[in-house]
Amino acid sequence: MIRTVTDRVIYGGFSAPERVSGLAAQIRLEANGEYLFMEVCGGHTHAIRANGLDKLLPSCITLLSGPGCPVCVTSVSYIDQAVALSAIPDVIAATFGDMLRVPGSLTTLEKEKAAGGSVVVVYSVNEAVQLAIDRPDKRVVFLATGFETTAPGSAAGLTEAVRRRAGNFFILSAHKVMPPAMKAVVEGGTRVTGFICPGHVSTITGSAIYEFLPCDYNVGCVISGFEPADILLSVLMLVRQVNQGEPRVEIQYGRAVRPEGNPTALALMKRVFRESDEWWRGFGVIPGSGLQPGGEFEKHDARIVFPAFADDSDETGDCICGEILRGMKSPTDCPLFGRLCTPVSPAGACMVSAEGACNVNYKYSNHA
Amino acid sequence: MCLSIPAKIESIEGEYAMVSFGGNRYRAGLQLLDDAMVGDYVLLHAGFAIQKLDRQKAEETLKLIDEMRKS
Ligand code: SF4
Repeated sequence: MIRTVTDRVIYGGFSAPERVSGLAAQIRLEANGEYLFMEVCGGHTHAIRANGLDKLLPSCITLLSGPGCPVCVTSVSYIDQAVALSAIPDVIAATFGDMLRVPGSLTTLEKEKAAGGSVVVVYSVNEAVQLAIDRPDKRVVFLATGFETTAPGSAAGLTEAVRRRAGNFFILSAHKVMPPAMKAVVEGGTRVTGFICPGHVSTITGSAIYEFLPCDYNVGCVISGFEPADILLSVLMLVRQVNQGEPRVEIQYGRAVRPEGNPTALALMKRVFRESDEWWRGFGVIPGSGLQPGGEFEKHDARIVFPAFADDSDETGDCICGEILRGMKSPTDCPLFGRLCTPVSPAGACMVSAEGACNVNYKYSNHA
Repeated sequence: MCLSIPAKIESIEGEYAMVSFGGNRYRAGLQLLDDAMVGDYVLLHAGFAIQKLDRQKAEETLKLIDEMRKS
């Protein structure tokens, strides 16, 4: 990541070698039991492996990746729907680059694009709205993926489309929210003793959404930043919670996360989206875990406007992404890992995303 | 996908801001922040400033780290 001068002052501090090694030593000193911590967010999985943080921890602390990689939990049928939409003559499918290589049941958006399909890559929903305005002869469908970090942007985009009367702008929403999936992890029997909670999701949501975890399940939560010292401090805070037998929600990433989150973004999300039951790879349908356009925004909902698509269904095959996302298995347990499934030729979504457990594992093991 | 980049607000025009990060400039949506000002550091995600960064809190956290690793 490129940094400006002040970034360096602040962020350099969070990767300073003496802080990283000092925190690691302190963790080794204080860890005196078995700890199973799940880093929910794929960004954390990546940062942990890229910086070799897992190797600094004592063997009694196990870090597991969780379901917090939007690309990984998106269904094959969502990709199939997007591909089908891009094949409609007057439709342009606008997608984040991360989704391009996710396998659908027969093809990927990238292959369709190469074969002349109308797929464009955007960095922001704003570009998709602008495209709709510039091309009144087309219908632009934005493939809206991501968690609470990304959903407010889609809400702003939809509001903008309504304001600018872009009746040819639609979203196909796969937006999801984190807490129901974290609940599904603990209810699914993964014996997590602490969650490293997603920092950027929490900039929007605030910290209260995790309160049920210590209250109902006795599991501690620390909302963490993404620099090496952020993550190690979060681990140390979780170790102390476990040692003291006092699970609670703490914010380590105070420079970006306020307890109340971002009220403006939350209000906008509430105005534009309604809660829905969404399908997650590894979990199936989780009640109340999705966001779909509601009220006056329904007329921009691609699921409503375009002909009915097949429902998400359980996926078969040898890919064990689902069990990995639930914290039950690790990538190396997969028979395809590193042989029939690599970042160049991914068989499952967890190998596609730069934040997917399989991709990260492959890149930072001896394979690459 | 939730990757967010720290960026500095250089100027504001209506609902958009020119932000800079490491020599790059980008026109970011400000619709998600009520009180952003020129000079603020924000997290940039998928084209939007999603939250302000609090320098004082950053320094507090660094201090906490330095205390904890000596304790
Ligand atoms: S290695 Fe590939 S096939 Fe195996 S679980 Fe990971 S993504 Fe799926």
